[in-house]
Amino acid sequence: MKKKGWLLMLASVMVLTLVLSGCGAKNKETDPAAGGSAPKSDLKVGLVTDLGSVNDKSFNQSAWEGLQKLRDEKGVSVKYMEPKKDAEIIPNLNQFVKGGYDLTWATGFTMMDPVKQIAGENPNAKLAIIDAEVKAPNVASVLFQEHEGSFLVGVIAGLTTKTNKLGFVGGLELPVIKRFEVGFRAGVEAVNPEAAKNLKVIYTADFSRVDKGKSAASTIYEGGADIIFHASGMTGNGVFNEAKERKQRGENVWVIGVDMDQSLTFGDDITLTSMIKRVDNAVIEISKQLEGDKFPAGKTTYMGLKENGVDIAPTSKKNVAPEVLEKVEEFRTKIINGEITVPSE
Amino acid sequence: MTAQHDIVLELKGLTKRFPGIVANDSIDLQLRKGEILALLGENGAGKSTLMNMVFGLYQPDEGEIWINGQPVSMDTPSKAIELGIGMVHQHFKLVPPFTVTENIVLGMETKKGLALDLKSSVQRIQELSDRYNLNIKPHAVVDTISVGMQQRVEIMKILYRGADILIFDEPTAVLTPQEITELLAILKGLAAEGKSIIIITHKLKEIMEIADRCTVIRRGKVIDTLQVATASPEALAERMVGRNVSLHVDKEPATPGERLVEVKDLHVKDASGQDMLRGVSFDIRAGEIVGIAGVDGNGQSELIEALTGMMKVDSGSIRMNGAEMANLSPRVVSESGVGHIPQDRHKHGLVLDFTVSENSVLKSYYNSPMSKLGILQENNIRKEAERFIESYDIRTPGTEVLARSLSGGNQQKIIIAREIEANPKFLIAAQPTRGLDVGAISFVHKQLIAERDAGKAVLLVSFELDEILDVADRILVIFNGQIVGETTPSATNEQKLGLMMAGKLGGESSNG
Amino acid sequence: MAKLKSFINVFKQESIWISIISIFLGLLIGAIVMLVGGYEPILAYQSMIEKIVGNPYDIGETIRSIMPLILTGLAVAIAFRGGMFNIGVEGQIVMGSIGALLVGHFLELPPILHTLFAIVVGAIFGGLWGMLVAWLKTSRGINEVVTCIMLNWSALYISHIVVRMFMMEEGTARSKLIQDSASIEMPFLIQWFDGARIHWGFIITMLLLVGYSFYMNKTKWGYELRAVGSSKHAAHYAGISVNKTIHRTFFISGMMGGLVGTFEILGVFKYLAIAPTTSGLGFDGIAVALLGMNTAIGILLAAALFGALMYGSQGMSFGADVPGEVIRMVVSIIIFFAAAPGMLRVLFQLRRSTRRKEVSARGNDSVSH
Repeated sequence: MKKKGWLLMLASVMVLTLVLSGCGAKNKETDPAAGGSAPKSDLKVGLVTDLGSVNDKSFNQSAWEGLQKLRDEKGVSVKYMEPKKDAEIIPNLNQFVKGGYDLTWATGFTMMDPVKQIAGENPNAKLAIIDAEVKAPNVASVLFQEHEGSFLVGVIAGLTTKTNKLGFVGGLELPVIKRFEVGFRAGVEAVNPEAAKNLKVIYTADFSRVDKGKSAASTIYEGGADIIFHASGMTGNGVFNEAKERKQRGENVWVIGVDMDQSLTFGDDITLTSMIKRVDNAVIEISKQLEGDKFPAGKTTYMGLKENGVDIAPTSKKNVAPEVLEKVEEFRTKIINGEITVPSE
Repeated sequence: MTAQHDIVLELKGLTKRFPGIVANDSIDLQLRKGEILALLGENGAGKSTLMNMVFGLYQPDEGEIWINGQPVSMDTPSKAIELGIGMVHQHFKLVPPFTVTENIVLGMETKKGLALDLKSSVQRIQELSDRYNLNIKPHAVVDTISVGMQQRVEIMKILYRGADILIFDEPTAVLTPQEITELLAILKGLAAEGKSIIIITHKLKEIMEIADRCTVIRRGKVIDTLQVATASPEALAERMVGRNVSLHVDKEPATPGERLVEVKDLHVKDASGQDMLRGVSFDIRAGEIVGIAGVDGNGQSELIEALTGMMKVDSGSIRMNGAEMANLSPRVVSESGVGHIPQDRHKHGLVLDFTVSENSVLKSYYNSPMSKLGILQENNIRKEAERFIESYDIRTPGTEVLARSLSGGNQQKIIIAREIEANPKFLIAAQPTRGLDVGAISFVHKQLIAERDAGKAVLLVSFELDEILDVADRILVIFNGQIVGETTPSATNEQKLGLMMAGKLGGESSNG
Repeated sequence: MAKLKSFINVFKQESIWISIISIFLGLLIGAIVMLVGGYEPILAYQSMIEKIVGNPYDIGETIRSIMPLILTGLAVAIAFRGGMFNIGVEGQIVMGSIGALLVGHFLELPPILHTLFAIVVGAIFGGLWGMLVAWLKTSRGINEVVTCIMLNWSALYISHIVVRMFMMEEGTARSKLIQDSASIEMPFLIQWFDGARIHWGFIITMLLLVGYSFYMNKTKWGYELRAVGSSKHAAHYAGISVNKTIHRTFFISGMMGGLVGTFEILGVFKYLAIAPTTSGLGFDGIAVALLGMNTAIGILLAAALFGALMYGSQGMSFGADVPGEVIRMVVSIIIFFAAAPGMLRVLFQLRRSTRRKEVSARGNDSVSH
């Protein structure tokens, strides 16, 4: 009996191997990434996400969408890697750098030290980083003027609130997150000074704890606020959960999303608007500059309203009154013109 | 024709092989209507395998089982029950919180609609109980009745299912002397009423008392079938172990020396705060064996654990050579010269997943020569184990096999070798022969007596009265955490001891 | 010669086959899942192997990812052998990294001394954190699993507080760097492995692996540990202090965990990040110990397997676009089968051979006395 079991297993292995290799070959032909009649380019661009994934509905996803657009438009070969542990970030960067990629993107401030190290070890490789500034001659840094976008959602919040009380939920109290808060406050102040005084701010010290986001939101809503702007990654999911529960109980509360149009994820019944960062635009713009040696190595590119780097979500008109949106456009022009300078710290 | 019908169960050439061993080798056996047949054999001789085939738990590789003159295939226990075979196992299979009746009908409840019809069951149980003198109270909760009564519930269970052939596996192992007497009477009554009984046992005395015939099995083979009336216990024992065995313990009268161990007013509470020992006092002299007789659970374990430092003493004193020993750690106690053959060799006496070598040094591994600078000296340890194996005749494939793989007798020999070779002044032996067979038992008894003769104080705790009467020089009876009597083997007998153990007879009676 | 023979004998044991079949089934089921998901399993495994041994850099990084698994495997195995479940290695890792970071960042010492001191302090931090579990178990009777899990989170938040209060690097979510004098990098090996982050922890880990086997089998403390692990009652009877042994076991177990954190700080990252969760290495250690059957050689092989699989999974996603989760799944399947050998016995009728063993053990009875 025992012998039979082994034979059975061996046989099944052999059959499976054959089947697997056969199917594998078939798959290759229909691989959509390889097919199509897109223009050809020799350029290869890689992306290393931070400890998230390209499906995070946030800037990792946005960055990958940018690269995909680049592939479709220019025929550039693109590829991403998702490190699961801190220790995997450097090997993943190296995978591209040592694999001869023309440009390697890294998303997120947590990538700052690894990018700096890899850039130093490989002076001929080109890297680019989002949301952090790396001072190295072969690294292009991209910073977003989040305060400008936050100003606009602040205007919306200030004009939409019924209770004249607002809230802000941040992740770690980092300079980049602080910019959201400061810009938001300035926007509210410009249209509704009373609400600006009643702005409740909570930093959860965490970007990935849904429970903390939920309890922070609960605290703020209990205090009478009806709109929360969050800049806290996954933690913000908790803010949306709390809002959804309250909405079902008949409370008229809203959340303002961040980074991407979060109404697409959490529904427009609770998402008033979102402050979106066009990471895709930044990735496309900077990557394109590889051609013709215009790559901004060693420089920091600031992406604000003017550069289409930040904006309010295009779906905002669903929940935001038209007259409020008019007001938003007014402020947008003023900021682009330089009539208003939004504070950042 | 009539002779044919007389035989209710016949085994013809039953053979059962397990890989590497023939457990039963062409066994022939006949059970006649209304007789009690004893099945005698050492542990591992193949008695249980044989009965498991009869009861449908194993399938024979060769041979046939005939019932009432018909060959049958016994493929499941339920088939066996259907054919009128019932088995009372050594370990009862009762549900403690259920009543006697509920336990008996469990699995074959008669129903009226959806409701259980217990009334008619109670009636039937009462009838059977009266007929066979079982004295069962159908409404008692099993939790609250004695072990002997539980066994009768087991017997009732199989009678209730209509069994005519009753198999008992070591039925007296768990009973007190009084209960044993009662059980044997019940068995005789059952046989007189026409039931046929097979009793598996290695206790010669019981066989002599109730069995009509005795079939002896050794190493899977039937050695002989004897008419008990004309056989001697010595003959049975000899056939069982295959050589001459002396059944009575040879010993010279003790010559006690000075008082070595003094226990005064010992109180011990268990983990839940219950008083387990309430003022126990006694002493043991060098060169004598003091036996502690008593029914299990009357404070014996606590007494042993207190004496060996394994359990905290609440109050009172334990002195050895005048030095206070109460509440010292087990290690200090053992280093002061106390040897301990524990009651439960699997739980305490051995680390079953350690090798024979490792178990041989369980109490000496930490000192030179077994370890130096914290490093185990494997050569010395192995030599120690080899020495034990040699001088105590421990049957093992080697020093590096796991203790778990040895038989109970050989496991016990490791413990005895280790404890005796440590050369203690005071040796505590708790149930030292439990589960051992005749040959091993006499070996253990000889060792204890040799220790006594070497001037050691020996404390023997046992639930087997034979053992106490044979081996001890002085007997203390423990009941409910107190010493309720003191006597000597020559001044008492099993019946008197039994009554003292049940707390029904004071110690003073032994003086009279 | 005898050594070789015993090594070969290992492969006659059922448990070894269970491990091998588990690994095999894990990879096979992983392949089927990839196939169903529209990926190419052959290409995936090929790219995985390439990633593991493709070039000196990857070999070096594979080794680097195996090392902590060996240590956490040892940490879990020591506790297992002592009859306890150390699910708190995660927290002990964090405490070790705090200890190493404090010494590495604040103290000014000559290079080698600084390194040694940081390692010792990191190990002791982890050890004491582990001993806390043992103490709560022996003095308060709290099950170690409960305390371990709670202390994992406590350690994580302590690390947040320590970093934030004493050595936060401005503008980031991590601590300041350790000083170079505390680094345990091995420059010549790093060069040799083309920049892979190999460090002295490698040597120490290998020594600890040998030390584990020696301690467990050749010392009286190992004897006590094993005795307590297989039977507390028998150990108590033998005069072994069960509580003391539990404390010692958890201290050593915790030190192994502490060393993981120490090496990550001194050799890999140079800083401690404010992380939302613990590393997960401690949990991986449970799998390693389980598959490695708590033996030194088994732990080495199991850690090598899991480390290589996990590092190689990045190659899978690079070369064949297979998500890394697939490899996590493969690992889980391996653990599942290794932990539930009954399943495999049913599948392959291994049962017969075990019954044979039982019977032959029983068979000894009849030839005894």
